[in-house]
Amino acid sequence: MTIFQPVAVVGRASARMVLLLTALFIPIVCLAQEPLYFVTYSDYMEEPGNLDFTLKSLSGAPKYGNPFLSQTLELEYGVKGWWTTEVYLAGQHTSNDSTIFTGWRWENRFRPLPGEHFINPVFYVEYENVSFADKSLLEITGHDSVSDLLLTNAQGRSEVERSLEMKLILSSKARGWDISENFITEKDLNESEPWEFGYAMGVSRPLAMAARGKACVFCPENFAAGAELYGGLGTTDGFGLRATSHYLGPTIQLRIPYGPNITFSPNVGLNANSAGVLYRFDVSYEVQQIFHSRGAK
Amino acid sequence: MSWQTCCCGIVLGVAITCGAAEPSWIRKVPEADRVRTNPYDGQAEAIAAGSRLYANYCAQCHGSEALGRGKRPSLRSPEVQQATDGEIFWLLRNGNRRRGMPSWNSLPEPSRWQIVAYIKSLGDGPASKPVRETEGTQR
Repeated sequence: MTIFQPVAVVGRASARMVLLLTALFIPIVCLAQEPLYFVTYSDYMEEPGNLDFTLKSLSGAPKYGNPFLSQTLELEYGVKGWWTTEVYLAGQHTSNDSTIFTGWRWENRFRPLPGEHFINPVFYVEYENVSFADKSLLEITGHDSVSDLLLTNAQGRSEVERSLEMKLILSSKARGWDISENFITEKDLNESEPWEFGYAMGVSRPLAMAARGKACVFCPENFAAGAELYGGLGTTDGFGLRATSHYLGPTIQLRIPYGPNITFSPNVGLNANSAGVLYRFDVSYEVQQIFHSRGAK
Repeated sequence: MSWQTCCCGIVLGVAITCGAAEPSWIRKVPEADRVRTNPYDGQAEAIAAGSRLYANYCAQCHGSEALGRGKRPSLRSPEVQQATDGEIFWLLRNGNRRRGMPSWNSLPEPSRWQIVAYIKSLGDGPASKPVRETEGTQR
């Protein structure tokens, strides 16, 4: 049990650090071309040398549980044109309970093929170190269900899961549409648990294909809309769509020129294992060309 | 050495030199893409829109005046300005990831043509050699 204590001790300090970092970097904003999905990944890679900050918020009120607000700070850096790396710091506040830091993730995405193809594959590898109190729901795998959201923070923070997560990301572009599918697998490194599986898929499109000559904020080309479907696929011991949760929701994004991207989505639970409605809200902003050798030509 | 061998050597040398001067990505462009024409070619409204898109997406690397930054090339250089619209459009779609140029395929096709229209409207600039810019696009 002692190995879990540091997480509990640094919880409040780290949660404050997430908020502080967010406040510090809010004025540094630039436009990014990133897609509007919350769970699904497309073949988008961060431009080399750019650092993207995203504050991911998720709120929900599970039946028989307390309402919660999860906040995750995502730092995404384009190392190369074919390699993007990210760090996540997550925390959450649960009503009638407490505010805690729930863990971190380190993610890498690799694009193996140069050029554009009908289907563009991307490989994703992530190491997670998050407690059971994590409510960021960045993906659904295995038999994840609404009952996971009913744990008190004291119960959830006492166990930390270290796991390896891999995804195969497939993405296509057609007539302005983005169509992306993710196949997810996750392995708990702490215990000999079975491999867990999940899926996510999304479609999106800008509201206007061509830009206008005059600068504007609320013109159609700055908006994109789409939909997202994601859920679990069980484990190697029990593969399938049952005994896990699934969500579906529309998504809309506003890309403010020289400003942040703002994205919103209500996700509706599709079965009894899902929370009723989850509200997702992202604000992202990009710092351009830092830490970079400018070695491209 | 016969004169035929000498001529072949010269021709080969010139070809290699020209090939070296040509950006490597241009050689990858399929003929069907090379000959594509820009539906917005020369249209003032599209060039203005392309200018806005350029400032948002391209200026961070190529500079606000498109003169290049660091080792990122000038877009006013003869190599770029003499490229066909279809070749530049192909590069925007596919990128050159090994050299740091990302794909802009997530931008809709009309928007990419608007960027091409803007780039070709710049013409040959004074500096084909990349210059170091002090003014940044970082905000």
